Amino acid sequence: MIIFRYDKTFDGLLTTVFDAYNRKTFPDLLLGPDEPEPLFTDECYTVITQDDKAKRVWQALERKTMLITRNMLKYAWLSELAGSDGLIFRYIRKTFDTKHSIEMNFADEDVLAMRNLAKKVDKERERLIQFVRFQKAADDIFFAPVSPALNALSLTIEHFTGRFADQKWIIYDTKRNYGYYYDLKKVVEMTLDMSQNFVEGKLNEQLMAEDEKLFQDLWKGYFKSMTIKERINPKLHRQNLPVRYWKYLTEKQ
Amino acid sequence: MKEEILEKLKTLAESAKYDVSCASSGTTRKNTPGGIGNTAGWGICHSFTEDGRCVSLLKIMLTNYCMYDCAYCINRRSNDIRRATFSVEELVELTIEFYRRNYIEGLFLSSGVIHNPDYTMERMVQVIKQLRTVHRYNGYIHMKSIPGASEEIVRQAGLYADRLSVNIEIPTEQNLKMLAPEKSLESIFKPMHYIQQGVLENTEERRKFNSAPRFAPAGQSTQMIIGATDETDKQILFTSASMYNRPSMKRVYYSGYIPVNSYDNRLPALRQPPLVRENRLYQADWLMRFYNFKVDEIVDDKHPNLDLEIDPKLSWALRHPEHFPVDINRADYTSILRIPGIGVKSAKLIMVTRQSGRINASVLKRIGVVMKKAQYFITCNELPVFTIHESSPEYIRRILTEKKVGKGKDNQNQLTLNFETTENNP
Repeated sequence: MIIFRYDKTFDGLLTTVFDAYNRKTFPDLLLGPDEPEPLFTDECYTVITQDDKAKRVWQALERKTMLITRNMLKYAWLSELAGSDGLIFRYIRKTFDTKHSIEMNFADEDVLAMRNLAKKVDKERERLIQFVRFQKAADDIFFAPVSPALNALSLTIEHFTGRFADQKWIIYDTKRNYGYYYDLKKVVEMTLDMSQNFVEGKLNEQLMAEDEKLFQDLWKGYFKSMTIKERINPKLHRQNLPVRYWKYLTEKQ
Repeated sequence: MKEEILEKLKTLAESAKYDVSCASSGTTRKNTPGGIGNTAGWGICHSFTEDGRCVSLLKIMLTNYCMYDCAYCINRRSNDIRRATFSVEELVELTIEFYRRNYIEGLFLSSGVIHNPDYTMERMVQVIKQLRTVHRYNGYIHMKSIPGASEEIVRQAGLYADRLSVNIEIPTEQNLKMLAPEKSLESIFKPMHYIQQGVLENTEERRKFNSAPRFAPAGQSTQMIIGATDETDKQILFTSASMYNRPSMKRVYYSGYIPVNSYDNRLPALRQPPLVRENRLYQADWLMRFYNFKVDEIVDDKHPNLDLEIDPKLSWALRHPEHFPVDINRADYTSILRIPGIGVKSAKLIMVTRQSGRINASVLKRIGVVMKKAQYFITCNELPVFTIHESSPEYIRRILTEKKVGKGKDNQNQLTLNFETTENNP
């Protein structure tokens, strides 16, 4: 079994592709720097991430694929799921090794898996856009904690800056401990010390703007009144609004 | 804003919730400098109530006082319910503050009729005008047009709203007259026509001047109540089909009748809202809009009502075995779309994938085709198959409607041994 180690960055993965073609050996398994080796290893090669190599692979992809395919690769990378880097590697390799485009050949298991994985991340992006709930703080910043299953927060920033352009906001991933702050002009990535001001990621009531509690109550009251009792359907409710999002949903508290 | 607002909000939400539409799609508005919000081309659901329905818009009435006495409506004049009215400012503030917290995608404004249709609509227009002009709000706005409103006021509403709608509620004149004596189909179709005219003229105008203000860019929609009167599915679907023939009509909604006024003996006593029928009507509606079905293929004089046991597409396929089997590797898009178990997404995947090579059954399964249904209607270049011709429509129907038996429940054939418990054993 041939193993490649790399630094678990996207550029590192692209460098891996470059080195594999350069060495004419292809990995059966990709590992991060600290992951243990399996029992039967023939060779273990460590990739050193190099921007110029990564760039050349990306440029080659630009020649061979559509923009939508390259976005798919990026989305799949953000899933951070086990084996997703191997899938991206195989996909890129198939792209380079086939004369015709493989992008539309969904009979190929990797092509279909890539599409499905990218869709999964896109679904998470969509759910963030749906279920982010801002709470207005006393200093007029709208704060929203999130904890998406997949690392899709960065994909939503364009949407939120377009929509909430005239208010300051923070959307913070409490699971991965990073977030984005918009200060009316630009968006910056930031990390917060969560322990003091937030109780379970929710804004401490002392930090809330004066009428924040009122609007939360109004929203809860509205949400409850909208239910038609004759049609109650808990299964459909949970299917559309998965329980894992309830933690930060104002109306489910 | 004071606490009493909460009571008003609850009351007016209760009154508005029976309107089905909650779409926020079909239009794109960019944020303007110094303004609030934008509208994405697709709709966004921000929450889901416990009945599973999407909450996209703040669906609210300006007032639930009403001078009409429509039997099916919770807000009818003779009902003893709590009444409330929002002031324009209150509703505007509520919308903006909800929007800023990402609770909603926009506003769905409806109202009971007070004094006369035009007076009511003028007040509603004030709300959406203030949102658009004073607050420079670019979120979605859906506004109800009151039956009997004048062309002038409808024209004004269209300048600020993304979508306008007038509900048909009851598709036949005779039944409408019975349940809503103050309304007539004409009073409903007139505002519909004004909206359509406005949209058409606006398209023409914007072709000449790109900067011309838009008029109800997301078109109009309407709604019919199902099961309150004796219309057949054929009457309902033919009405929808004629609606969809109108240029600006985007959606027809079906609302299973919920007995809100059970004392009124003009209405049927239902133990449960007709949810299955409602679902079948939506499926039929989808067939017309996305599957190239004509309405008379779905319902006709011989089959005036939809089959509640199986979906309308399968039902059509069983009535028309001559169209099958369809060769997955050769047939055109429209024929593939007609195979039960294949939807728009899988049909499109099939079309692109087969350019790279032949497709077999395992590939079909992987890309999401429901083979349980589709297997009787396709050939895909494999071993002999067991299609609708080898069996019969009756057989397939029986197989596909058989009740699923859950694990552990299928114990009729299980041998049970009854050991008698002897209590005097030590």
